[in-house]
Amino acid sequence: MSVDKDTVRRIARLARLKLEEDRVEPMVQELNGILAWVEQLKEVDVEGVPPMTSVVKQRLKMREDVVTEPDNADALMANAPGGEDHFFVVPKVVE
Amino acid sequence: MSGLTDLTLAEARDAVAAKKVSSSELTEAFLKAMEAARSLNAFITETPERAFEMAAASDKRIAAGNARPLEGLPLAIKDLYCTKGVRTTAGSKILHNYVPQYESTVSQNLWDNGAVMLGKANLDEFAMGSSNETSYFGPCISPWRAKGSDAKLVPGGSSGGSACAVSANLCLGATATDTGGSIRTPAAVTGTTGIKPTYGRCSRWGIVAFASSLDQAGPISHTVRDCAIMLKAMASVDPKDSTSVDLPVPDYEAGLEAGVKGLRIGIPKEYRVEGTSPEIDAIWNKGADWLKAQGAEIVEVSLPHTKYALPTYYIVAPAEASSNLARYDGVRYGHRAEGIEDLIDLYQKSRAEGFGSEVRRRILIGTYVLSAGYYDAYYLRAQKLRSLIARDFTEAFKQCDMLLTPATPGPAFAIGEKISDPVTMYLYDVFTVTVNLAGLPSLVLPAGLTESGLPLGLQFIGKAFDEATLLRAGRALEVAAQFTAKPQPWWRAP
Repeated sequence: MSVDKDTVRRIARLARLKLEEDRVEPMVQELNGILAWVEQLKEVDVEGVPPMTSVVKQRLKMREDVVTEPDNADALMANAPGGEDHFFVVPKVVE
Repeated sequence: MSGLTDLTLAEARDAVAAKKVSSSELTEAFLKAMEAARSLNAFITETPERAFEMAAASDKRIAAGNARPLEGLPLAIKDLYCTKGVRTTAGSKILHNYVPQYESTVSQNLWDNGAVMLGKANLDEFAMGSSNETSYFGPCISPWRAKGSDAKLVPGGSSGGSACAVSANLCLGATATDTGGSIRTPAAVTGTTGIKPTYGRCSRWGIVAFASSLDQAGPISHTVRDCAIMLKAMASVDPKDSTSVDLPVPDYEAGLEAGVKGLRIGIPKEYRVEGTSPEIDAIWNKGADWLKAQGAEIVEVSLPHTKYALPTYYIVAPAEASSNLARYDGVRYGHRAEGIEDLIDLYQKSRAEGFGSEVRRRILIGTYVLSAGYYDAYYLRAQKLRSLIARDFTEAFKQCDMLLTPATPGPAFAIGEKISDPVTMYLYDVFTVTVNLAGLPSLVLPAGLTESGLPLGLQFIGKAFDEATLLRAGRALEVAAQFTAKPQPWWRAP
């Protein structure tokens, strides 16, 4: 399988990565280089093999459904670009 | 005391305990060495003020007679570990101004054991790379040079700054992380020792996530003993990481000298891969002979799916990365683009400007293999392959206690040599990625020098949570190899 320009534009959109038009063709080449190389996995018969879901045999732990973090809105906002009064700021999304 | 920066972590610990040197003196010596080595670009952020404060507090504790296991010992922290109040960049423009409001569990464990922070070590962007060349803050340069050459070599990656800082005696030890070889590759090419513990041994909480089912924290240090000391302090069960295991952390140092007599050590025949330097093969054979001479039994084993490990990794890791890196949106933290039209544009531009080319490539591959219509062909198949690769190890460990393999296909290469072709760079991790896919522990230590005077490492792979035996075998090999070479300090300003 390989990707074309439209597919690259589509996945860039899905990944929310702006790809300038002149970068589309080089990215097609780069991704196809990698995809051609992983193609060798098709040689292996994986019929009946369970997909790995956990590398270490363990049951995921459950915890009490209680609040463990203190009220720290200041800390949460400390790195927000353009944050104001404990609100994250984004461009207008509703008309 | 002279030559403070030449001490190993264990030697410094003993000297501090015996009050031959204070933590403040040690710290000052390392900060001076760091300053003189800035041309290596091993650190993204130096934290001298924090270091002196911590050292002074340690000296008080030592005077009061309540020193902890790592009291007053200066360390470097890979800039992937969140450090409260100290900028943490992950080597990326998108986090160039990020100051965490919390401390990662592993670094907190080190401070609780008395260690001192010297600074934040350089790395590949989001730990994606094998050479430390993808860092937004510029490549880290190896302290090693080939005989008769002044070409700049890579320190390996992604924990290149950590390995460089240890190798150039800029710290007593460093934290690192390993997703596909990021502890072991840099250790191998810089003549240092590193251990990637079993998945779950150390908490991942507060470490910037790359591929969550593969990422694991571990130390890079001067010796096997130093690794044992650091790992003991770093490992813990953590309620904040549900994959961290609730198993007691053994005293790894206590059993180090027990030797390898009676251990069965497997040599996987599939690791004799094309393109491996003959010098690597020679050192691998030598390593097996050294262990045999000390009473180990060498057995040939087979890991039939080895050749599929790298392509499997390059589906699984980017898939997880594309998901983990979705959080960088230009809204809650990190880089935010200017001059944007709407919300989608804000996301797209902030991410395009903030991520470097390797990270963008991996996000796109990951998004593609997870997208509707391709998930089964790529991601699901890769997860099945992963089961087969893990099963290979389970079978091999029925015949042996651990495996001995090369760590890298060759010594360090020059900066710029492999960066233009992603697949060529990926192949450099051929001996290390299998371990992450199977979640196993693995130790790399220096075993010799090439003809041109560059370090070569060997790798042990152990059973899950059997780090103690791995370190014990590593110690035996360390004794036999007598690796004492150090790089010439060409980087020090005259």
